[in-house]
Amino acid sequence: MAAECEQCGKKHLPPRPICDNCLSENFKWIELSKKGKLLTYTTIYVAPNQFKDLAPYSVGIVQFEKDLKIPGMIIGIPEDKIRIGMALIIHFDSIGSQETWHEWPRYYFKER
Amino acid sequence: MKGKPLVSIISAGLSKFGRHTDLCAREIFAYAAKEAFMRCPRLDPKRDIKALFIGHMGESYEHQGHTGASIADWIGLLNISATRTEAACASSGVALRSGIFAVLSGLADIVMVGGVEKMTHRNTDKVTEYLAMASDYPFEQWNGITFPGLYALMAKAHMHKYGTTEKQMALVAVKNHFNGNMNPKAHMHKEITIEKVLNSIPISTPLKLYDCSLISDGASCAIITKPEIAKKYTDKPVHIIGSGQASDTIGLFERNSFTSLMSAKLASKKAYEMSGVNPNDIDVAEVHDCFTIAELIAYEDLNFCKAGEGGKFVESGNSKLDGKFPTNTSGGLKSKGHPVGATGIAQAYEIYLQLTEQAEKRQVKDAEIGLTHNVGGSGSTAAVHVYRRD
Ligand SMILES: [Zn+2]
Repeated sequence: MAAECEQCGKKHLPPRPICDNCLSENFKWIELSKKGKLLTYTTIYVAPNQFKDLAPYSVGIVQFEKDLKIPGMIIGIPEDKIRIGMALIIHFDSIGSQETWHEWPRYYFKER
Repeated sequence: MKGKPLVSIISAGLSKFGRHTDLCAREIFAYAAKEAFMRCPRLDPKRDIKALFIGHMGESYEHQGHTGASIADWIGLLNISATRTEAACASSGVALRSGIFAVLSGLADIVMVGGVEKMTHRNTDKVTEYLAMASDYPFEQWNGITFPGLYALMAKAHMHKYGTTEKQMALVAVKNHFNGNMNPKAHMHKEITIEKVLNSIPISTPLKLYDCSLISDGASCAIITKPEIAKKYTDKPVHIIGSGQASDTIGLFERNSFTSLMSAKLASKKAYEMSGVNPNDIDVAEVHDCFTIAELIAYEDLNFCKAGEGGKFVESGNSKLDGKFPTNTSGGLKSKGHPVGATGIAQAYEIYLQLTEQAEKRQVKDAEIGLTHNVGGSGSTAAVHVYRRD
């Protein structure tokens, strides 16, 4: 899920080909907990064309470890039940957009 | 008097902001340039101006890139050294700084800096999509996070951490619409109430329609020169005495804080240090209120108040026209409008008017020191400048 630099130990999410800290190109994959903490969120009512059918939808930034955070959609929780600090689980889903970003699978945050 | 001048502004121009149905970007810019030329009769633009830096965010709007060359021709400066700068909504704040580099290098004694954007012919969905290009693609755009969405994430975090309220954010909109109503070049001439803001439709919670700046067409420019020769061209130059610029991660999610902008803090620190000016010395400021929450965060990042106290600061009336820190006397991005590439130098234009006592009904009495705060994207770029009158 994240890449750890074998030379300096810096953890990268998203992974990078060259470590910005020490310029090493050697990384090992590390598994992170699927459970993280919601740092902030919003519910989007005016969406870009590609996401129009989904609106309104909620998105948030979830922290898995110190400095390891990603944003994503929050699925299955009504807006008024979302709370900063709540625990969320990341779910991966290979269906979705045809486009790929470095073969990163599509993911969502859910309550369990 | 504080602050050794880096460069001096000898003239400035601004097109009307709003909807220009019959004009494209280069044509709108020509109106801003004409005003700057007319204001400065001792300048011969064709003879004297040696370089042009023009901020322009998006070639997508008009399917037209290569903005430097096209603008140069349409303002009568064909064949001049012309360069486009891009840093999202900070594109022209960065153009101004590039112009300062050019003058200080000695390669060009007189430089025109400016910015332009033509947006209103596109529908809101397209504009939302183009503006989002200033954010991270693989994680932010790909998850449907819009530009208002990014500032909404900051707003929620600010509310959670400091107890900031939607009503406090609404006060920013009310104030800026009040000021904008007195600015003949503003996009919107309409005073609004707190209730109007609070009852407007949700865009990205907690941000509602009236928390968001306007989608506008417009252009801005300034002519800058070496301070030693400024008086040759005008009796009333305005000096730039501090310039700071900084960057940050492209993704908001990669940062340690969602409640302040590190780029703006670093850029203002540099500009304050360079000018020898303290926040308390600022008589008038134009800050990047792309969303109401952004102005509250700007007060804090610029040290007008402590971190977390932006909400109370606007409540106190300190940022009103008659307050201690009159902020966004032009109406800001909120009411004057936000043609993104033009915004940074449109801020400089307002400070130029204020420090030369040409701001009419919105004139701040005896304004001596001014500041502009121009932010790109969710804070991946910030440019801050400090000005003083001659
Ligand atoms: Zn490393």
